[in-house]
Amino acid sequence: MKAIQEADAACNVGCNLTAPIQKDAGKTSRDAMVTAKYLLIGIPMLAAWWVVYEHLEPFAGWLANHFVKYLSGYNLSAGNVEHLRSAVEFYVFEGPKVLMLLLLIVFGVGVVRSFFTPEKTRRILAGKRETVGNVLAALLGVVTPFCSCSACPLFIGFVTASIPLGVTFSFLISSPMVNEVALVLLFGLFGWKIAAIYMCTGLAIAIVAGWTIGRLKMEPYLEDWVLEIQAGESGLDQDEHKSLVDRIRFGLDAVRDIVGKVWIYVLLGIAVGAGIHGYVPMGALASIMGKGIWWSVPVAVLIAIPFYSNAAGIIPIVSALVEKGAALGTTLAFMMAVIAISFPETVILRKVLKPRLILVFTGVVAVGCIIVGYLFNLLI
Amino acid sequence: MEIKVLGPGCKKCHETEKVVKEVLRETGVEASVEYITDIAKIAGYGIFTTPGVVVDGKVKLAGKVPSKAEVKSWLGK
Repeated sequence: MKAIQEADAACNVGCNLTAPIQKDAGKTSRDAMVTAKYLLIGIPMLAAWWVVYEHLEPFAGWLANHFVKYLSGYNLSAGNVEHLRSAVEFYVFEGPKVLMLLLLIVFGVGVVRSFFTPEKTRRILAGKRETVGNVLAALLGVVTPFCSCSACPLFIGFVTASIPLGVTFSFLISSPMVNEVALVLLFGLFGWKIAAIYMCTGLAIAIVAGWTIGRLKMEPYLEDWVLEIQAGESGLDQDEHKSLVDRIRFGLDAVRDIVGKVWIYVLLGIAVGAGIHGYVPMGALASIMGKGIWWSVPVAVLIAIPFYSNAAGIIPIVSALVEKGAALGTTLAFMMAVIAISFPETVILRKVLKPRLILVFTGVVAVGCIIVGYLFNLLI
Repeated sequence: MEIKVLGPGCKKCHETEKVVKEVLRETGVEASVEYITDIAKIAGYGIFTTPGVVVDGKVKLAGKVPSKAEVKSWLGK
């Protein structure tokens, strides 16, 4: 009898000990099931994605031709029909293509971003020397998930962790400038070379502009209360182990968030682009935005500074401009200035920065964009 | 119980407040919910990605909208 009781007790102890482990095992096997489900759905979807993507161009051509046949019933001049056909073909091909690329790439980048948190980035950057810090900050700016409405708290979080001001700016410049939406649009509408050039020059501007701001010793131009702030420690551990399922969910959330927000701008931008593609004569812009016009780069950047749009809306328009004779360097400078210097973000940052630092920030980034513009007008 | 939702007024911050209030209604837990936009105060909690949630002085979440299950776990439900 006693033996049984002892065995019972042992079992109780044992059960209590193993209970959490069993629960964990339950979670892992459930995770495995979900992973299997994601794979079973994901792989055929990827295959379907590829098939549709491959057939978009012939489909657009076919549709545009049928559209023209349908129009032949009306009395339109041949020139008008050709303009329309070309605009429709551009839209039916580029619109779905860019949206499909966005779905795939935003998901992939979302999964990559699940490996980073702003807390982790702050830990990596704290205590780094300036030059190394600028490079790291620009690179981390690309992969750290962070929404621009958090710019102020993040700024304070960085500065109070004694990350140098210039390094903080490198992060704040690269984060919006080198983003996956811009890269996808550039890849889809200009090809991978331009996307790569954009990414490298974007990083270069973030590094050099941040470094310059650091050299200018702008610390006194932070709002006074920022330096007095006693930032606490949240004590929050956000680096808890994420399973593959968590990462996939993170990617899906990113798709819902980002694609859900930008699809309308992409379609509007491409519609305007299609209009330019079909109706503006070839070379029409060579005389104002062409290579030979030296003042076009600074003027493009000056126009871009107050101009607020996101990458999704501006890139399709810009791609159509290039086709009509605008120089690539000028266009690149315009695009970068539009994306990097956004009016809402400077308004947000005004809470922590004195006007002079805002001006220096805007000026340094603008000069960076102008240099990139001239450089590419010379090179290409 | 004292719950503070921290955020400068972005969409996700308002969503967070909504989720917290919904869970309170569903579970019937008595708690005050305060929405804080003052950046100095937010930084004081050591939070630098918003939205953030503080329950009885302790930071529970930063940088994302919580799920209902997460909010329930903070309330001890």
